[in-house]
Amino acid sequence: CVGDLDTTPIDPNTISGADVFDDPSNYTKALAKLYSGYVVTGQVGPAGDADIGGIDEGASQYIRRYWELQQFPTDETINGWADGNLPKLSYMSWGSNNEFISALYSRIFYQISICNEFIRNTKDTDIVVDGLSTKEMYNEARFLRAYSYWHALDLFGNGIPFTTEADGVGKFLPNPAGKLNGPELFNYISSELRAVEADLSAPAPGAETGRANQAAAWMLLSRLYLNAESYGQPAKYDSALLYTNKVLNSGYALVTNNQGSTYSAYQTLFLADNNTSGSEIIWSHNENGLRSKSYGGSAYLIHASIGGTMDATEFGVNGGWGGNRSMKTLTQTLQYKSVDDRNLVHTDGQKEEINDPTQFTEGYAIAKFRNKTRAGAQGSDPTGDFVDTDFIVFRLAEAYLNYAELAARGVAGASQSQALNYVNALYTRANVPVAEHLKASEVNVEQIIKYERSRELYWEGLRRTDLIRLGQFTGGAYVWQFKGGVKDGASTSSIYNVCPIPSSDLGANPNLVQNPGY
Amino acid sequence: TVVDENGDPLPGVAVLVKGTTKGGTTDFDGKFKISLADGDDVLVVSYIGYMAQEVPVGNAATIDVFMEVDAEQLEEVVVIGYGSVKKEDATGSVQAIKASDFNQGAITSPQELLNGKVAGVQMTNSGGAPGAGSTIRIRGGSSLSASNDPLIVIDGVPIDNEGVTGMQNPLNTVNPNDIETFTVLKDASATAIYGSRASNGVIIITTKKGSSGKLKIDYSGNVSVATVPKKIDVLNANEFTEVLKQRYPNQAAVTDLLGSNNTDWQDQVYSNAISTDHNVAVGGSIADVVPFRASVGYTYNDGILETSHMDRTTVALNLTPSLLDDHLKVNVNAKYMNVQNTFADNGAIGSALRYDPTQQAKDPSSEFDRFGGYHSWLDAGTGDPITIATANPRALLDQKANTSGVNRFVGNAQLDYKFHFLPELKANLNLGYDYSKSDGKTLVPTNAAFMYASGGQYSPYKQEKKNELLDFTLQYVKDLESIDSRLDVMVGYSWQHFWREEYSYTNNYNNDQTPPQQPEKIFRTESYIVSFFGRLNYTFKDRYLLTATVRQDGTSRFSPETRFGLFPALAFAWNIKKEGFLSTSDAVSSLKLRLGWGITGQQNIGNGDYPYLNTYTASQNTADYEFYLPDGSPYYSTTMRPGGYDKNIKWEETTTYNIGLDYGFLDDKITGTLDVYQRYTTDLLNVIPVPAGSNLTNQLLTNVGDLENKGVEFSINYKAISTSDFHWDLGYNVTYNENKITKLTQVNDPNYKGVFTGGIAGGTGNTIQIHSEGHSASSFFVYEQVYNNDGKPLEGVYVDQNQDGLINDDDKVRKEDPAPTVYMGITSKMTYKNWDFSLAGRWNFGNYVYNNVASNSAYYAGMYTTTGGGYLSNLNSDIKNTEFENPQYFSDYYLQNASFFRLDNIMLGYNFNNIKNGAISMRVYGTVNNVFVVTPYKGLDPEISGGIDNDVYPRPRTFLVGVNVGF
Repeated sequence: CVGDLDTTPIDPNTISGADVFDDPSNYTKALAKLYSGYVVTGQVGPAGDADIGGIDEGASQYIRRYWELQQFPTDETINGWADGNLPKLSYMSWGSNNEFISALYSRIFYQISICNEFIRNTKDTDIVVDGLSTKEMYNEARFLRAYSYWHALDLFGNGIPFTTEADGVGKFLPNPAGKLNGPELFNYISSELRAVEADLSAPAPGAETGRANQAAAWMLLSRLYLNAESYGQPAKYDSALLYTNKVLNSGYALVTNNQGSTYSAYQTLFLADNNTSGSEIIWSHNENGLRSKSYGGSAYLIHASIGGTMDATEFGVNGGWGGNRSMKTLTQTLQYKSVDDRNLVHTDGQKEEINDPTQFTEGYAIAKFRNKTRAGAQGSDPTGDFVDTDFIVFRLAEAYLNYAELAARGVAGASQSQALNYVNALYTRANVPVAEHLKASEVNVEQIIKYERSRELYWEGLRRTDLIRLGQFTGGAYVWQFKGGVKDGASTSSIYNVCPIPSSDLGANPNLVQNPGY
Repeated sequence: TVVDENGDPLPGVAVLVKGTTKGGTTDFDGKFKISLADGDDVLVVSYIGYMAQEVPVGNAATIDVFMEVDAEQLEEVVVIGYGSVKKEDATGSVQAIKASDFNQGAITSPQELLNGKVAGVQMTNSGGAPGAGSTIRIRGGSSLSASNDPLIVIDGVPIDNEGVTGMQNPLNTVNPNDIETFTVLKDASATAIYGSRASNGVIIITTKKGSSGKLKIDYSGNVSVATVPKKIDVLNANEFTEVLKQRYPNQAAVTDLLGSNNTDWQDQVYSNAISTDHNVAVGGSIADVVPFRASVGYTYNDGILETSHMDRTTVALNLTPSLLDDHLKVNVNAKYMNVQNTFADNGAIGSALRYDPTQQAKDPSSEFDRFGGYHSWLDAGTGDPITIATANPRALLDQKANTSGVNRFVGNAQLDYKFHFLPELKANLNLGYDYSKSDGKTLVPTNAAFMYASGGQYSPYKQEKKNELLDFTLQYVKDLESIDSRLDVMVGYSWQHFWREEYSYTNNYNNDQTPPQQPEKIFRTESYIVSFFGRLNYTFKDRYLLTATVRQDGTSRFSPETRFGLFPALAFAWNIKKEGFLSTSDAVSSLKLRLGWGITGQQNIGNGDYPYLNTYTASQNTADYEFYLPDGSPYYSTTMRPGGYDKNIKWEETTTYNIGLDYGFLDDKITGTLDVYQRYTTDLLNVIPVPAGSNLTNQLLTNVGDLENKGVEFSINYKAISTSDFHWDLGYNVTYNENKITKLTQVNDPNYKGVFTGGIAGGTGNTIQIHSEGHSASSFFVYEQVYNNDGKPLEGVYVDQNQDGLINDDDKVRKEDPAPTVYMGITSKMTYKNWDFSLAGRWNFGNYVYNNVASNSAYYAGMYTTTGGGYLSNLNSDIKNTEFENPQYFSDYYLQNASFFRLDNIMLGYNFNNIKNGAISMRVYGTVNNVFVVTPYKGLDPEISGGIDNDVYPRPRTFLVGVNVGF
């Protein structure tokens, strides 16, 4: 009877790791988990059997955590929820015990671990499953790992724990990639992306598959090189231009047609059916209100942005969570032009000036993301809890602005006039009168990053990275309301350019070294 | 005629002529006839459990004998794992509580019977809901993440205490009326025979058995009224209106939301509740060979939170035939229980504190017609309910139907065979089966405002559990008179299999109500435990006792390399009273010293049945990923997720040292025990952050850390008065326990704060407790509030512990913990002629509670929320003390001393013992449960398991009258 002790799972939904890849269909399913790691929070949806622990499952969602850290400490966004140390994000005064930073850190390394697991299991396979080769899946997994490693580098620096498929699964202590501002992780990410680039599927503008293709890898390389100096590396603007150009030349096009919708063309990018909005979106984290339920991603973005007098049904959801608003630093940028379709600000019942961040009615609200189709119907979830709106990771407009910035930086091969064309194409799409378009004299780095990127890409989770590149995220050169925790804003320490390694991981892994200042 | 202590005739009594084998037994009427020869002048009358008597006959033709209960003999035997020992030979810390000592009153759960009776045992029920469970802790918890529940063994069947869906209390398998004794095994020398499940103590429940002799029918029944003892102080309608108008002057948009009523929402959800309980038991012997006892019980239990209700039917049967000239003893137990629950939505408890008191439950205004007439907060624009607004508490009760039905069977057959050729050797086979099946569902109609957005709710769930047991033991008992020794050796084998399947599904009410039988909705798991064990009891000169126990346990939950654990124990006892220098002492009537050491384990680690295996879990169809085909049409892929695992996970081991003294003075007028213990848990299982990147999760349950519990237990029983008419027994016990985490991480990092725990209501993911090295488990982790000169807390002003000018996590301090440092129980029982009066109460000292009720609803900003055009919420009256604008969740202002004294029950009873010449016995009694509580705690009730008070179902004060009748 001692033999009875050798059990294997009897649950119909659980398979022993030793057997899982005996069934070829599980390759696709295991790959799908790598993608869904950015969308759902566990295997039940919206809650239950969570991927990571230690935090409320809904709040643990990858993009929700990433978005908040990219937006809350900036001039674009404020949030008034009294959730633990969440206000510390808005005030740029976090410490190494901030549970929201820890949760994002955990999400990132969780994602890297499951990518490593998939890469380990598919490394030596080359079979075709459901018409897809496992070789391509393997390369997609490497791309996704590089994408998460870029998040890690951008947020936590080069001192993060570094593992690959060569490391097993257990209780070992990973070594840091290197010292803060060292080149190791930067070089690894760029070499991985360049290594898989050729083996990913070709760009297919308009056929948004939800899977990463070559253009996604180029966009990530463009971002990586554009920000090289933020990571303590020598400037790599030439490389940034190389990959930006690859994207610009791969057939993607701005969405300028609203296809008969009452929403503007710009707005159709942020609707429930944005997957069919046109050929602008390069890669997105796909959401579906019935099949991939979570309290993060676009579902969070939409609910948390609704409050005050806003009518939730106009956003295709059943109610607001009264959390995220903008600040006058953003709304004044958006309202600079007489007409601009991108100015999706809700002012009724709201005050632009913020005295008390906990009051939703202080700070204008943002009505950019909706769970409505172009035809005006609510997304697929009849309850209005969950949404169909895909969260855009890369879209062509960002490549336009990357180019414009590179031109403004005087990078050889990037022309000022082309830069002007690109920025003004965005103005044209937004129906800004030609007289108010950007002038050649205005093509400078600060104008592009601080104003043009904000006008086009506000609330898309890029702001923190952009402000750091501009050198105005920390310090006193540029302050906005509640920066540093004071009403009118204050100078902050440069330590906040990178987040602290969570103390829980320092406690678990003595090989790591805390980032300076924490 | 031979009669018992109550004057009832006693059948089956042996009557012998002294010095001969001549004699007989009494018949059903207690009568006997005997022919006497000359010189036969003394009869010896004896019966188990009674003192033998010698009766001089003289010339009398009829003799009446009154038998007296032999108290010592009744208490003599205590049950231990896989056997029993004479009490005076027990070497471990073991305490048995008999039916006659149980708590009385409105008791529906077995654990209430011994609440406060045993030193070192602490029970906290989870609130006043019908059938609510309890947290039982023996000598503090020895684990952090693994289970801290004791092992419960019912009639030889260890039950898994993971609970049964739809039944709140795993112990509810047994009707309290069927229980004969509870035996609590506390130290490792007593529990080690249960090896890997014994770290948190063992509670052995033995049910009543039939006896040979005449048929006996007992009926007991009672009726009780549960009342609401206390309400939480919130603003009334006038206060609320006044505060709102003051804070939003000239803001009609806000003040227009006010209604014109004065509603006490707590009165709307609570009411007195009537319950009744009936039990009939029949005991006797079938054809004089098969002693049996059968019982049927029915409980109808209404809760004070309206709509909460439980119906319970229990059936128990016990057969104890002896065959083959008493060489084969059979013990068959079958217990069946059916529970029908209606769970009230406990959310109504919190809603009742927060709902605007100027509104009424049902509002005739036509805008509410769509929602069944219940007032709800509606969006100013759409007229639909605001999803995040407080739900109408009355609507929660009336419109949500959450019902469950549970059938459970626990049965076992025990065969005890004494070898014909070697009577010293006995073989025992025990086969047990524990089966349960639950069905439940939640229904909310589409017009319920609180679930309007999601179209109501339909969520059925099911669970089926099958646990099987096989135990086999061989026992050899031999008196070795030549060396003045006694040897008792037992070896055994045990096999247990746990299997369960669960199904749950949620949809809106509109959808098809036949839930899809998708395999992804089913969860199924199993585990095995296979064990070998042995015990040696050696007695020398009747006073030096040695017990050695060893158990080898194997569990399917761990890998082949780590799955076997060896759990040894040793105990030595010295019965000092039997030494020459004390044997004649009148002052010291009993005295025994006990020394024990043992190692026990914990494999109930709360992380599923395969924590060492790499497994992939499929997503349910609401957690899939949406890909698109090139033509833009979506397809949804199931995902397969690799889970985190620790291939080296193993047993948690607890080493216990125990020194005990059992004493009795003045002919046992004063008796009791004193125990001092220390328990070290090593390889403590804890969920810790894994080094990022090293595993397929961010937190892993693994063996890390050490924990220490040490304490002292003392109990004393005092027979204060003992005359023929008047008895007064007093009992008192006290426990001191200290719990400390001595190691928590794999590496030493002075900056590592610990593991955050204790989630609170308010915000998302806020926690108020921490496990950290050098502190008690679940210590509170808070800011120290700064007060002004008038003693009023200053909002957001906290002590800057590290004086860096910032208030952040580094300024939080570990303060107090939810476990009492000292707890005591007291009982008193008086009998005067036919009357009896008893009471039982408990003290807890040093337990703290975080008052989440106040922290989450006593801040001005919470009164008015703008979302959806605005809605109002009431405030806890504590606002008058703090005047906080915004929530201050982490202030130690809300950490409150919750020491208390609770008088658990008082009872007055009267016995009629001469109905129909003693053929019928009857007892009538009345009790009050939860009589009063004295506490400095500012919330509703200081007794909160886990230390976070958040909308706990109030414990009712219950008045009960009952009757017991015996035929």
